[in-house]
Amino acid sequence: MTIDKQTVNRVAFLSRLKIDPDKITAAEDEFNKILNWVEQLNEVDTENVEPLAAVNETALVCRDDTVTEGNQADKILANAPIAEYGYFVVPKVVE
Amino acid sequence: MSKLNTLTVHETLDGLNKKEFSAVELAEEYIKEAEAARRLNAYVLETPEAALSKAAESDQRYAAGNPRPLEGIPLGIKDLFCTEGIRTTACSHILDGFIPPYESTVTARLFDAGASCLGKLNMDEFAMGGSNETSYYGPVVNPWKAEKKLVPGGSSGGSAAAVAANICAAATGTDTGGSIRQPAAFCGVSGIKPTYGRCSRYGIMAFASSLDQAGPIAKDVRDCALLLNVMAGYDAKDSTSVKMDVPDFTKVLGQSVKGLKVGIPAEYRPAGLNPEIAAYWDKGIEMLKNAGAEIVDISLPHTKYALAVYYIIAPAEASSNLARYDGLRYGLRVPGEHLDDMYVNTRTAGFGTEVKRRVMIGTYVLSAGYYDAYYLKAQKVRRLIRDDFMRAFERCDVILTPTAPSAAFAIGDKSMTDDPINMWLNDVFTVSVNLAGLPAMSLPIGLSGDGLPLGLQVIGRAFDEETVFKTAAVIEKEAKFERLK
Repeated sequence: MTIDKQTVNRVAFLSRLKIDPDKITAAEDEFNKILNWVEQLNEVDTENVEPLAAVNETALVCRDDTVTEGNQADKILANAPIAEYGYFVVPKVVE
Repeated sequence: MSKLNTLTVHETLDGLNKKEFSAVELAEEYIKEAEAARRLNAYVLETPEAALSKAAESDQRYAAGNPRPLEGIPLGIKDLFCTEGIRTTACSHILDGFIPPYESTVTARLFDAGASCLGKLNMDEFAMGGSNETSYYGPVVNPWKAEKKLVPGGSSGGSAAAVAANICAAATGTDTGGSIRQPAAFCGVSGIKPTYGRCSRYGIMAFASSLDQAGPIAKDVRDCALLLNVMAGYDAKDSTSVKMDVPDFTKVLGQSVKGLKVGIPAEYRPAGLNPEIAAYWDKGIEMLKNAGAEIVDISLPHTKYALAVYYIIAPAEASSNLARYDGLRYGLRVPGEHLDDMYVNTRTAGFGTEVKRRVMIGTYVLSAGYYDAYYLKAQKVRRLIRDDFMRAFERCDVILTPTAPSAAFAIGDKSMTDDPINMWLNDVFTVSVNLAGLPAMSLPIGLSGDGLPLGLQVIGRAFDEETVFKTAAVIEKEAKFERLK
């Protein structure tokens, strides 16, 4: 598979990244080179092979749905670039 | 007596117990040496006050006769571990000024065992890199042949360089595709990536969650065992950490390897393998044979696909994990006209080239229409790689390989910086182990013709770090590698 500039821009947007217009061609070339390289996996017969998502193939342990560490709003907001009235401040999202 | 900062952790504990020196004297020595070695750029933040106040507490503990297992040991902490109240950035611009309100489980365990923090160590941005050159804080200089300005390896480059330069007693590292073992090999020190699930990942900034593991980088094999004793263990805060007893890893050091079956995988000796590295590998095999081990030829047939699998799975997980860096809750925020604009501006300014590359690859392989062709395919081949090891371990108890395909290279090496795939090839002998979740250790075996350290890797069965330590200790004793002092 090869991908074009349009796909590179779409992937960049999905990643919430911007690529300088003058670097798009280089990004496209690099992307294709990497995809070409990983496509060596097509040589491997994986018919009837189950995907392995994680090595510990046991069910994850659930804990009780209770608050273990609560009431720490100040600590949580301490690193926010902008916080007001106990909230994170974001740019306007509703027109 | 030799300078305090050149002692191993076990020698240091000996000296502290015998009151030959105090924890404060020790901390002062390390602080002074770290300052003098700033040209290496190993630390991105020094915390001398924290180290000194902790050392004073340790001296009281020694005086009262109740020292803990690592009482008074000054450590360097990779900047990927959240340390409460101490700036932690993963060496990324996007985490500018982030001060964690909590402590990672692994560092909490080390500090609760009496160790202190000398500072935060440089690394590749978000642990993505094999040379420490992707750090926002600039590259680290390998202390070996420092005038040549070679890389220390990566991503735990600051950790390996600091241990080698004796500017911390030992360090924490993390390993997703070789990030403990390859820098350990490049810097002539020892490091172990334990079995996936041994150490809690809580509070370690996530790169590829199904591969990431914490482990120690230290001056020798015994020091690694002492640190892992404390770092390992079940943690309810990491659902992938495993409920399993942690043995005292030092108990097996010095035990015989007589009758132990050591597997030598044919696929790790490709036609172009560096002859010096091949020769040292043969020397390691000889050492184990002379110690009574049985050498077994094994095959790991899917080895050649491990890098391609890794560079689909790790970026996929990274693209998801790094979605949290949005400019809202912590770190850098670059304003924009609307919300999406702010996300894009923040992430474009905050992430470096390699991180962006991997986030985009990951986003692509997970996107609709390509998921099956890339991500699912990679997960299937991952199982075949894991099964190769399971079959091999029916015939042997431990596997011996080189750690890296070369010695340390120069900072700014064009063949690496111009072609990401060349840089990724540094992980060729280490990534399979992460994909299979196995424990593996790198230890120094000798110097190249250019006087640079080379390492061997010992791979074990899942949760059998003991055999890894036992085997590594036998090689270490025979290799008589001389650390920098």
